[in-house]
Amino acid sequence: MNQLETLEAKSVHILREAYRSLGNVCMLWSIGKDSTVLLHLARKAFFGHVPIPLVHIDTAYKMPEMIEYRDELALEWRLNLVVGQNREALAAKQTFPDDCVDRITCCRNLKTMALKHTLSGEWPRLRMDHTLGKLVEDEDLSPYTGVIVGVRADEEGSRSKERYFSPRDVENDWNVDDQPPELWRYFKTDFEPGTHVRVHPLLDWTELNVWEYIERENIPVTSLYFDNGEGIRCRSLGCYPCTTPVQSTARNVEEIIEELRSGKFSNIAERSGRAQDKDDGGGLESLRRGGYM
Amino acid sequence: MSTVSADLERLDIVAVGHVDHGKSTVIGRLMADTGSLPEGKLDQVKAMCKVNARPFEYAFLLDALKNEQAQGITIDTARCFFNTPKRHYIIHDAPGHVEFLKNMITGASRAQAALLVIDAQEGVRENSKRHGYILSMLGIRQIAVLVNKMDLLDWDQEAFDAVTREYADFLARLGVRPTAFIPVSARDGANIVARAAEAPWYDGPTVLEQVEAFKSLDDDLERPFRMPLQDVYKFTASGDDRRIFVGTVETGRIRPGDGVVFLPSGKRSTVETIEALSGPRPDEAYAGQATGLTLDTQVYAKPGEMMVRADQPAPLVADRLRANIFWMATAPLVRGRRYVLRMGAARVPVELESVLSVLDSQELQSVTGAAQVERHDIAEVIFRSTRPVAFDAAETLEPTSRFVVVAGFDTAGCGIALEALPEAAANADGERRFSVGEVTDEQRAARYGHAGKAVVLVGESAADAHAVAASLERRIFDLGVHSYCLGATDLGEDKDVLGREAQIGRLGEIAWAMTDAGIVLVAALGDMDRFDLDRLRALAAPHEVFVIGRGDGGDLGADLDLPASLATEAAAEAALRALTAAGVLPEPA
Repeated sequence: MNQLETLEAKSVHILREAYRSLGNVCMLWSIGKDSTVLLHLARKAFFGHVPIPLVHIDTAYKMPEMIEYRDELALEWRLNLVVGQNREALAAKQTFPDDCVDRITCCRNLKTMALKHTLSGEWPRLRMDHTLGKLVEDEDLSPYTGVIVGVRADEEGSRSKERYFSPRDVENDWNVDDQPPELWRYFKTDFEPGTHVRVHPLLDWTELNVWEYIERENIPVTSLYFDNGEGIRCRSLGCYPCTTPVQSTARNVEEIIEELRSGKFSNIAERSGRAQDKDDGGGLESLRRGGYM
Repeated sequence: MSTVSADLERLDIVAVGHVDHGKSTVIGRLMADTGSLPEGKLDQVKAMCKVNARPFEYAFLLDALKNEQAQGITIDTARCFFNTPKRHYIIHDAPGHVEFLKNMITGASRAQAALLVIDAQEGVRENSKRHGYILSMLGIRQIAVLVNKMDLLDWDQEAFDAVTREYADFLARLGVRPTAFIPVSARDGANIVARAAEAPWYDGPTVLEQVEAFKSLDDDLERPFRMPLQDVYKFTASGDDRRIFVGTVETGRIRPGDGVVFLPSGKRSTVETIEALSGPRPDEAYAGQATGLTLDTQVYAKPGEMMVRADQPAPLVADRLRANIFWMATAPLVRGRRYVLRMGAARVPVELESVLSVLDSQELQSVTGAAQVERHDIAEVIFRSTRPVAFDAAETLEPTSRFVVVAGFDTAGCGIALEALPEAAANADGERRFSVGEVTDEQRAARYGHAGKAVVLVGESAADAHAVAASLERRIFDLGVHSYCLGATDLGEDKDVLGREAQIGRLGEIAWAMTDAGIVLVAALGDMDRFDLDRLRALAAPHEVFVIGRGDGGDLGADLDLPASLATEAAAEAALRALTAAGVLPEPA
């Protein structure tokens, strides 16, 4: 098997294991390329069905194209889309674009907090109603005990040490120094009640692998990743106030792959356009310990 | 860097060795010298060293990539990516400190080849040996031994030969022959990527040459087909009628038309299709793939079984097995405690029957007579289960000999199965006896007008089985029979294998006592299989159990099968007639 086949098989195995053993599990869908690849892998694992709810945290500062693309795919693939948001922080303008808090606090408010309370069911959720074709208030607020996330080990230091199945305790703490062993295809799937589990099927993928797989499988991605003639494009998608596009004339998947393989980005980190990383000492460590994905 | 193609393969390599022998420096150097570092990283770390007035070391580079400077030792396995024109690599940097052995194992179990680093000056140390042993137990056969810090010994060939001899002897006793011994100075980058001019006497490969020469192991394709059944999918609610048997193929290959057997149940069928998301269906599934198959008959194989090909050598099926185990948990592996053995997709309750020997990892000597297995011990043990499990012996088919042991919620041990052992002569469960009084079964039967009997209703859902059981017991009671009804939920949780085992254990005792008391017991159970019922029968012996299967699962070896289509009342009525016909109940007056 070539490496994309090997990576695909392992990720599919992990998704099936999570679905089988983790009770009420959901999958995060940030609308970016990684979690969209994850979504495609889920469709492979379950033969066209996605029996796992997809949770999207809407910071209200995502680019409008992302939201359009999200709803289109959700309807086309009949996805169980669940949307959460920190409505209070937005109403109280406790955000960086409102100039009230710094970037890190903004990330905490709009992403980490929103995620935490959406997963626990403490805050309201929206759910895609496929009959109406739109989002409606969700009546089912049962907590998710496990969440599947598309983080990759090559993104930054703390992620390179992740397990495929990683327990977080009630406080969302990640005990990096004492992680469970993972042997062969045996992942930790027995947990004390109250443990929250994160599953990382894409850990061994690199940014290049993700694009090569998007090309091979013809996976639709949002047009924000491509240059539309202005000589800029997004390499990593976040909220627009904190995402700086990169100078690039790559207009399609093929050109992005070329850029990553041997061109201008072959030696430059992917998240270099994400301002909150720099404010967090370049490591994301403190954000991630607090529950950032 | 030259073009890297998606069609290239990816090789996972683990770097191990005693703490401070220089693993991180080797990896840092390998990445730097192959141009695999992010732009500016090298300069950044060098500048940082200058500011802090520390001499630059390549290990810092790795730390900078992993945010791990604080402690100065590798705590957890971290992945480092690097590419050559030939292929892609992940190097798993595994910690060398004994406290972090479970992390080292985590990294090593992902790898197909290993770099084992030994400090030429310090020589072979405890963890050099322990790591060597663990690599061999994990089945990693490609090991390159890097004798590091040769510059400190002025590249003395004799010193290199001495380390090589000592370690080669050690590995030979494990049956491992390392692929290469390479003298290196990671600090100077000598024999890492560039050849060491200081060692004209060495004509073997450099580290990079050796890494490039490691083989990606795909001989699993030509071995017997083995697929642990991970799950069975039916997405009927989404209008999909396929019943798909999914799993990752461990070894071998399979095609539509091949006969298959599920073990330990022994259920048989034939592969109809190999499923895919879209496009034409593949005509073959093979080792390494996460696949899904449909069968041409209705087979109720359950997740956890092993799927094999009918025309190939069968795996072992046993409830006792001899195994090598490495114990990682703080609490020792002891007798008298229940553990869960995970073998393939199966989870079975096990207990430690005996410790045959414990290996001293220093001297590689077997010590017999140990009562338990301590943390970081490597031991040969016998495990006993209350239900059979399918596996292969390590020397026949290693991938399906691998298992882990769960204690409580944690993966506490890992190992390989060596041999299936015959069933224990006297199952401890069967020996349980209650002392009884003077009244005989016949005297009770004469008084009550019927004998005692345990009737067990097994349904796909415990709730449904209980509804039928309750209705049936009411009918039996109305016949004037001394009866009692009991639901599975009264017997404890059955969420995991240990819970289910305990449930059967309690029901077995109750069934024995009630039958002995001359009562007709109607008990309801959820999702049980033939092996659970076998155990129940053994526990109730010498009394016989009348088993009623409810639903379409079939194959319980039941005395009566009630189709799911039969509503509760009709099912209870049918059961009543069958019990009367079988002479369990007296004819209605």
